[in-house]
Amino acid sequence: MAEMILKKSDLAEFVKSLLSDYQVLAPVKDGRHVNFAPVEDGEFLLDFQNTFLSPKHLFFPQSEKMFEFSTDKAGEGAFILKEVEKNPQPRVIFGLRPCDAKAFQILDKIFRNDQYADPYWFNKREATVLIGLGCNHPCPTCFCTSVNCGPFHEEGLDALAFDLGDRLLLRPLTEKGRKVLDQAKGLKPADDQAGEKAAALKDEAEKAITSKVFTDQIARRSVMELFEAAHWDRVHESCLNCGTCTYVCPTCHCFDIQDEVAGIVGDRVRNWDTCMSWLFTMHGSGHNPRPGKKERVRQRFMHKFKYIPIKRDGEIGCVGCGRCINLCPVNIDVRDVVRDMNA
Amino acid sequence: MKTRTEKIRETAKRLLSEGKVDVVLGYRAGTIPLRTAPYFARTVEEAENLIWNSHCRINLANFLPRRQERVAVTAKGCDARNIVNHIIENQIRRDQVYIIGVPCEGMVDLDLVLEKESRPIQEVIESNGQLTLKGPDFSTSLDKAEVLRQNCLTCAHRNPTVYDELAVDQVPELEGVDRYADLKELLAKSDADRYAYFQELVKDCIRCYACRDACPLCYCQVCFVDEAMPQWLGKSIDPADVMTYHLLRAFHCAGRCTDCGACESACPMGIKVRQFTRLLEKDVKELYGYEAGLSLEAKPPLTVYRPDDPQEFIK
Amino acid sequence: MQNPYKPYPVRIDKITVETEDKNLRTFKLVFLNPEDEKAFAYTPGQFAELSLAGYGEIPIGIASSPTEKGYLLFTVNKVGSVTTALHNMKEGDVMGVRGPLGNSYPLKELEGRNVVIIAGGFAVTTLRSTITWMLDPAHRDKYGQIIFIYGARTPGMLLYEEEWSAWQKRDDIEAYITVDREFPGWSGMVGFVPAVTEQVGPSPENASALVCGPPIMIKFTQPVLEKLGFSEDQIIMSLENRMKCGIGICGRCNVGPEYVCKDGPVFTLAQLNRLPKEY
Repeated sequence: MAEMILKKSDLAEFVKSLLSDYQVLAPVKDGRHVNFAPVEDGEFLLDFQNTFLSPKHLFFPQSEKMFEFSTDKAGEGAFILKEVEKNPQPRVIFGLRPCDAKAFQILDKIFRNDQYADPYWFNKREATVLIGLGCNHPCPTCFCTSVNCGPFHEEGLDALAFDLGDRLLLRPLTEKGRKVLDQAKGLKPADDQAGEKAAALKDEAEKAITSKVFTDQIARRSVMELFEAAHWDRVHESCLNCGTCTYVCPTCHCFDIQDEVAGIVGDRVRNWDTCMSWLFTMHGSGHNPRPGKKERVRQRFMHKFKYIPIKRDGEIGCVGCGRCINLCPVNIDVRDVVRDMNA
Repeated sequence: MKTRTEKIRETAKRLLSEGKVDVVLGYRAGTIPLRTAPYFARTVEEAENLIWNSHCRINLANFLPRRQERVAVTAKGCDARNIVNHIIENQIRRDQVYIIGVPCEGMVDLDLVLEKESRPIQEVIESNGQLTLKGPDFSTSLDKAEVLRQNCLTCAHRNPTVYDELAVDQVPELEGVDRYADLKELLAKSDADRYAYFQELVKDCIRCYACRDACPLCYCQVCFVDEAMPQWLGKSIDPADVMTYHLLRAFHCAGRCTDCGACESACPMGIKVRQFTRLLEKDVKELYGYEAGLSLEAKPPLTVYRPDDPQEFIK
Repeated sequence: MQNPYKPYPVRIDKITVETEDKNLRTFKLVFLNPEDEKAFAYTPGQFAELSLAGYGEIPIGIASSPTEKGYLLFTVNKVGSVTTALHNMKEGDVMGVRGPLGNSYPLKELEGRNVVIIAGGFAVTTLRSTITWMLDPAHRDKYGQIIFIYGARTPGMLLYEEEWSAWQKRDDIEAYITVDREFPGWSGMVGFVPAVTEQVGPSPENASALVCGPPIMIKFTQPVLEKLGFSEDQIIMSLENRMKCGIGICGRCNVGPEYVCKDGPVFTLAQLNRLPKEY
């Protein structure tokens, strides 16, 4: 399928033509921030840096019901967990940035291994089509090009949009993407000029990213050499262990499982959890393998930049989106930490 | 006349080279504009990195409990009061802390700046009460007074009350400020309306506990939210659990909070959590005539019992 | 897509109080649905998440051997909210079991070798599974000499008395049972497990040692084995860590890049010596 052109003035038509089969989510203003919300016309943003929260919550919500149960011994099936109905709504997410899409690809490898797959994640992933929007003006804190990603990176996307000014170039990338673009109205085949402009935008954007980190030495060094490096003694000093970085990060996926009971009924839910928490690794006996901030801060960076690459075919557990840099209350900058790890 | 930054560096170098302290806890410049980071200067060379500007929002008293070494701390008015609080609550000894008091004229609210300027900012220059924001193709100026943090606008103690030395001369305290003016409207609401107000306030809470972790008062080894036997509240975002967390944390801070604003500065969702603690601060002030951290001798009213303690609220 | 978070419903068939302080109970669990038992095909060394609706889940080593049909055995120590709730349950109550999870003891690699099994306290649970399996007539001749060294603080804290008393009487296993100190009524061995190991002095020749116990026991047993000539490849350990999903996804039980729930809990000392000690 060829690349298509969509005039920005036709965005409403485009969205409406999909509504019969899909819920369409796009970036909208949310107070001071930009977040994904359902849209029914063309009234959404294409000119923004990035959404405040990563869109991971669209597949991996903050709190998600896994099972229901009853504790009523007099009733049927007490204490036996029942699955909740999973009828994921088909969705199109329009306008997510390539870094967030790449993060989904990494998370696909984490929510599945050689023996098990997480149905809660994949049910929603399979029902969702991702149409990305390349970054004409990358954020000053982006370093995606250093971590196997880029402002117009295509991994993880079903289609990619290039903002050419008054119109968008839409490039289908997968079967799912093609199906949506086939169904959509308001598109016509792209001309060569559009294609050239798109290529130029990609080139300029990649050049505009001046923030760089290197990870070659991290890949080369052993786990223990990185683990025992001296710089960990200083990195953790200012950390509050508040977990903000983990909550806004598109690749952070750790979760807790809790049973919440009200009377004689209850739910087993999973909630976002954070390795920054003291409770994260606490044994019932009272022994804690990561008793202090140093151990916990070190774990986060080792996980993202060493353990995930080892276990997931070299994928780096960071996409360079820069959210943690902007939101850390004590300005711990991941780029500095990676530089120390790679030194 | 030396600037605060110059004086802090000078003092830090002196204290470190004379072996009076093991570490000077202050701030260093952020890796991105409008930020600073808490910094632990352990050598004279490292002391050169210490700075002071209008972005020193984090309360450094947070890093003191259970510290074994001798530490000098650059402390603005509210932070110094929290240090006093820590000493009263036996979290650190007086002889361990050298308070470098820094009279403060207010810290900038990051969110307010970013609301006014959403383009990417590459550099910020501060001078004469103005913030000049520079981007790749623009340069604008903001009045610092327009973007100060809310708690700084109504600050009652800009000068530290307990200190070992002051970095600069005391600054005039704010006059004619009613710290609780905006709370009157809130208090005039019915109970149901006021509860609804607070529910609306915390509806975006993601239970990250950044507010708790940034707060110097929250130093419990096991926070009540982490207890399992018994489990006091659920960990999800059920509105009742979210409200329970915020209410209980506020009550644990009653009579101890200095309104330093670290909680609001740390919250990634921009929730104005000080609305909880300020109501209680007002109650403690009116019932017991007490403000936290003003002297090493006074004890927080919720830790002592006097026969004439007010009790009209017991019905 | 199969849901790996869904437990199989089971009924508590029998509860045995194992220790005099009553903090350790063995639960005999029977599947409500017979086809679930077939699906739950496990090997010694593996664990399962015991699920109590309303309280949560706990990862517990499987104490029964696959040669014991029709039921599963789990010995659980009462330490926290879920284990306390479990200890308060009665025979006939319904709960859940999720698994089998984790890797097993390398029984294939151990064939043809002498096996030294060293256990301390209530870490002996999965080793009961292993020994029962090895001693089964179908498997015994696959292995060489089997030495079992097991110690607890007091006689009242020893688990599985019925099993190890029987093993002591057999001639195809050498079973040394010890308690830390002299105790009235105890006529067996006295001494800490590391000291007894040194006394027994198993040969490292064509041997592997399976070691499971509290950190303090491991700390002092390791040097004894090294002194006897066991290499780090010959020493096999089983780890514990706080777990939730048990299937290598939720991110919390990792030791370096390895997840204790999925890549473990069984690791050789050679592997552990190259990993951070975050367990």
